[in-house]
Amino acid sequence: MLQLSNVSFRYLKKPIIQDVTFSFPTGQIIGLVGENGSGKSTLLKVLTGLLLPSSGEVLLNGQSVTRRSAGQIAYLPDTDLFFDFYTGEQLFQHYASQFEDFSYDKACIVAQFLHVDMDTKLRNLSKGNRGRMKMAATLGREVPYYVMDEPFAGLDPIVREELIKGLIQFTDIEHQTIILSTHEVYEVEPILDQIILLQNGAILAHDEVETIRDVTNNDALQWMKTYYRKG
Amino acid sequence: MTLDFSRDKPIYSQLVDRICGDILKGKLLLGDRLPSVREYAVETGVNVNTVQRVYKELEAMDLTETKRGQGTFITTNEERIVELREDMKNLLAQNFLTSIEALGFSREEMLVVLHKKS
Repeated sequence: MLQLSNVSFRYLKKPIIQDVTFSFPTGQIIGLVGENGSGKSTLLKVLTGLLLPSSGEVLLNGQSVTRRSAGQIAYLPDTDLFFDFYTGEQLFQHYASQFEDFSYDKACIVAQFLHVDMDTKLRNLSKGNRGRMKMAATLGREVPYYVMDEPFAGLDPIVREELIKGLIQFTDIEHQTIILSTHEVYEVEPILDQIILLQNGAILAHDEVETIRDVTNNDALQWMKTYYRKG
Repeated sequence: MTLDFSRDKPIYSQLVDRICGDILKGKLLLGDRLPSVREYAVETGVNVNTVQRVYKELEAMDLTETKRGQGTFITTNEERIVELREDMKNLLAQNFLTSIEALGFSREEMLVVLHKKS
């Protein structure tokens, strides 16, 4: 289990994450939503050990998370320029050299499922195809945790739908957990188990998506808006 | 293709309704095999855990049977399907009555409209 306990993160004395405590259960897809600047990307980096908390603890199965935890957590960054001088095939070879858990074959199967060409340099691919390639490289790793920063941002609805299907097809939710940030709440909601709403670096609300629908007779987007109106 | 879901109900219950509809329309027949949980999740664009809940619900409703190692099948009990038909008809009629009452229409005047429509 991945746990945040009283985690704060400050950058140049500015608080970005403020006293966040949360346990991410295994075997679920958890969505992190909130306005730009609410701290989503920072929180994901703290979760993966890329940033160390200013105070508090991040624990993976009871042990402190550091950069070495990368062996159990696959991170999909939100940056677009991502080894752009490589072809897809070279990118996968690079991943295979860096991560013991990387399955070159699986990455190729995902790339094929997402219809993306392996022989073109990433810089010559469209944004949608780079998004597909990033997803294939990430899912190529066989790890208990996937942490994805905006995997669907700026992509057209067709690409988004494909990536969502790829995510369902190539993860094993009995043993794997996905934590992803997104602004596409309406489109992504059907694949989420839980949703966390972040505001000013703190958790404003959190619930199971089906419970939200059951109790409020409304979807996660409306639920989110209700909190903004209150706030 | 991915499904569009209405905003006001849990996704699992919309999928249960959809499969019930497929049974009533004869798109799914007695004894038909349902896709695996993952296949159905990918087809509909829904979380695997949600589809698992759908399949559990259908089984609890005695509409499906799970055969170990073989998958999930629509029941072969024809009576259960007849019952489902009746239940659905009653549910539709009840919803209709509630709606017309809310708007103050009488059953008699609505019956006239229903006959004209057909």
